[in-house]
This record gives sequence, C-alpha cells and structure tokens, in this order.
Amino acid sequence: MLAQRKTGFFNKFYLVEIIKGLMITMRNMLFAKRATIQFPEERRDYSEKFRGQHYIKSVNGVENCTACMLCPTVCPAECIHIVAGEREDKEKYPIKFEIDSLRCCFCGMCEEACPKDAIKLSNIYEMSQQNRTVYEKEFLLEQRGNK
Amino acid sequence: MFLKIGIVLVGLLSVTPIMLFVERRGSALLQNRLGPNRFGPQGLLQSVLDVLKFIFKEDRAPGHVNKFYFSLAPLVVVVPALMTFAVIPFAGNDFIIANLDVGILYCFSIASLGVYGIIMAGWASNNKYSLLGSLRSSAQMISYELTLGLSIVGLIMIFQSVKLGDMVSAQGETLFSIGGIDVPKWGIFLQPVGFILFLVSSFAETNRLPFDLPEGEAELIAGYHLEYGSMRFALFMLAEFVSMTVASALLSTLFFGGWQYLPGFSWIAHLFSDGNIAVTYLVSTLLHGISFVIKIASFMWFFVWVRWTLPRFRFDQLMNFGWKVLLPLALLNVFVTGLLIYLGVL
Ligand code: SF4
Ligand code: SF4
Repeated sequence: MLAQRKTGFFNKFYLVEIIKGLMITMRNMLFAKRATIQFPEERRDYSEKFRGQHYIKSVNGVENCTACMLCPTVCPAECIHIVAGEREDKEKYPIKFEIDSLRCCFCGMCEEACPKDAIKLSNIYEMSQQNRTVYEKEFLLEQRGNK
Repeated sequence: MFLKIGIVLVGLLSVTPIMLFVERRGSALLQNRLGPNRFGPQGLLQSVLDVLKFIFKEDRAPGHVNKFYFSLAPLVVVVPALMTFAVIPFAGNDFIIANLDVGILYCFSIASLGVYGIIMAGWASNNKYSLLGSLRSSAQMISYELTLGLSIVGLIMIFQSVKLGDMVSAQGETLFSIGGIDVPKWGIFLQPVGFILFLVSSFAETNRLPFDLPEGEAELIAGYHLEYGSMRFALFMLAEFVSMTVASALLSTLFFGGWQYLPGFSWIAHLFSDGNIAVTYLVSTLLHGISFVIKIASFMWFFVWVRWTLPRFRFDQLMNFGWKVLLPLALLNVFVTGLLIYLGVL
C-alpha cells in the first residue's frame, strides 16, 4: 500500500524544490571536498589494528613458531598447513608453513590463538596476484610489520 | 549545401565523445568524486578509448533475436535524430540545411520517428525487459509529444510563422529597454510557461533522467538496448546524445534567440566591422555560430546537471504528470496567449 505523504501546498509545484536541489548539487560540485583517493599517489591510512598480509615474527633470525598446531586448528578457513619437525636442540619447529592466501578470510584468529606470539597480520593490503598464491615459510619470515 | 551538411554532421557526431567526457567528469564532480582523469589532460582522451573499445568489440547478436529488426533498430533510432537538425539555422539565416516552410513541424514529425526504432529494438530483442522498456518508451513519447507540440503553439501564434529562421529573426527585435540595456524579444520573455513546459517534455522526449523509464536500470536492467553490444549499442548512445543536442538547439532557437548574439557579442562584432563587407560578414557569422554553440552547450550541461540531481519518476507518476499537469497547463498557456494577442498586449 502506498503511504500518503503529507506535502505542503507549495511543495507540490516541484519546480521550486527542483531548483533547490540543483543548487545543492552545484554547491557540492564547486565547493565540497572530493572524496576520491587517487590510489597510486595517495593511500588510505588504515588503523594499526588492520588485518592484512601475514608474517611470522622471528627473533635473531629464528622464528618464534614452535609448530604447536593451534593456528591450523582454530583457522575457520582451514588454510594453514604446517609440517612439524625437530631441531638439533630437540625443539619443535615448522619445516613447512604455508598459508593459502585465497582461502584466508583475514579474520585474525590465528594471531589470537598463537601462544608464542609468532603469526601476525601486518598492515599490508595490496596483495593482488596473477595466480593462486600460497605463502611459503621463507616469504612469511620477512618481517613486514612491528606487531 | 554540402558544406552545411558537413558542418552539422561533424558537429553532431563529435558531440558524443565530448558529452561522454562531460557526463563522466560532470557526474563525478557533482557527486564529490573526481572521475576518470588519467588518460589525457583531465581525462579528456578517455572517450577516445571508449570509441576504440566500441569499434574493436565483437559485434554479436544473441541467438534468440530477430536478426533483421535487431540490426535495423539502431539505424532507425540514429537517422531521425541526425535528420532533425536540418531545419535549424545555426549561424545566421543563410546557414540552414533546408529552409522548409513547415519548419518546426518537420522537427517534431521526424523526431517522433525515433520511437519506432526503440520499439523495434525492444521487440526484436525477444527479451521481456527490453519489451517492457520499449512499451514504456512508446507510452511516454506519445504522452509527452502532445505537451511538446502544444507548448510552442503560443510562440507560433506570436511570431506568426513555423519557419525557424523567421522565428529567430523576430527574436532579434527589442522587447523593451531599461536604462540603455535592451531586453531582446526572446521566446522565454514572451512565453515563460511555454518554456518550462517545453523544457520538461524535451527531457521526456530524449529519455533523460528524471524521465529515463525506458532504460531504468534499477528495474529494467537497461531497457530496450539490453541485448545490444559493441557499435550497435554505441549507435543508441549516439542517438541519445544527438537528440539531446537537437533538443538543446530547439530550446535555444525557440526561446533564447537561436543564433542571435549573446549580450556583449554585438560589441565584438562592431570592432571588426571596418567597412570590408566580406570580413564583416565572416566575423558576424562566426560570432553567431559561437553564440549558438554556447547556448546549446549550456543546455547540454543543464541536461547533465539535472540527470545527476533528480531521482527517477515512477511510471504512474510519469503518466499523471504528463496528462494531468503538463497537458492542461499547455492548453491553458495557449488560451491565455490567444487572449493576450486578441487584447493586443503581445
Ligand atoms: S587470518 Fe583467519 S583465515 Fe587467515 S590464516 Fe589466520 S585464522 Fe586462518
Ligand atoms: S599458533 Fe603460533 S606457534 Fe602455534 S603453530 Fe601457529 S604460528 Fe606456530
């Protein structure tokens, strides 16, 4: 059913209202601030908490990760694949650490679950690729954030 | 003759890329955006890319269409749109392709042929949205053509002619002058109501927002040109922009003195009139042409400006508005004008 709207007598002659509307758009065109961000030159500033490309924190070139398998368990997209191994000093470490970037939904659960402060989500959001990309361990070990 | 046709044709065809640019950037600016500004200065060459894209795209017709009418329809839309300009004088009364006695009536009759193309396109596409779009467009065109025709009857009564050249010459006279400033006898001062009616119904005739129901993308996807691609679609677009130009040209010819000088131009013409007849003629023709182009351009901008300001009508509102508001107003306008002429005021 159509709701009958109450309009003033003069509003019924659309003309005045239309002219007002035209003035509003013209004012916007002449004086308003542009909302466009011209991408390659200007970039949007995201918050520090932004969840972007992953990295694994390392101390003195050794990754913090102990291959505890908490992040692959919690990951809702099931996109983390870890093969665990043993170091000479009997410490567990990931031989393989892969994240399928197309399946990842950047929820940040892995970051929250990690007991060793190892996996982190950086601020980088330009991740376009030409093929299906799986982040390997070497790639993940690049320190691209300071969380 | 061929020179004039050449000028008009080149002008009308180059309107499309220019208007593509103006519409893109204009819409963006009106909406607080920037619009495409990368290719060429201020994105000026973007429309060249568009044209190239249209040319190199595969010209494909879907399997379920009626091939003959499907390919005929864009032509039927474009040709009348281009033909309408023939009776409009564009730079002095010598510059008119065909000085027909029926003048403005020719404009209306040819312009209304365009709707057949739209109906053909909708029917041949064999698609319910296209058909709905073309149905709407035929209903809309017929309703608003009445107002369009009636709104200038007042002018015809005043100028006693349907020849556009005569009308423009008559508009060169002075209506009255206040303190040394001559107010010319332009149609808008004689027929303000007629002007508004003509403006509104020419929006409807050219299928522009707020009257773009035939292609209302929210409910009909794209309306009658839904199945078209590549150059065939480009022809529809061309037709829309050309009919916009013709509408603007008619608006400026009938109500803003056509090729008559804009205020200030007669002074420039005076500077160059040094006795040499050829130079004087050339300069005045050029200035007349420039005045006319400026008038058309302002109306074109107005079309764009309105498009990005107003929302679309609902179909019943459109019909109500056409038949219950505009048509009685147009009739009343004719009656009042007749009365004023009888009383000797106009
Ligand atoms: S961000 Fe979410 S989806 Fe992506 S790897 Fe971490 S837990 Fe899995
Ligand atoms: S939760 Fe942390 S420590 Fe455990 S496997 Fe994942 S990254 Fe390594």
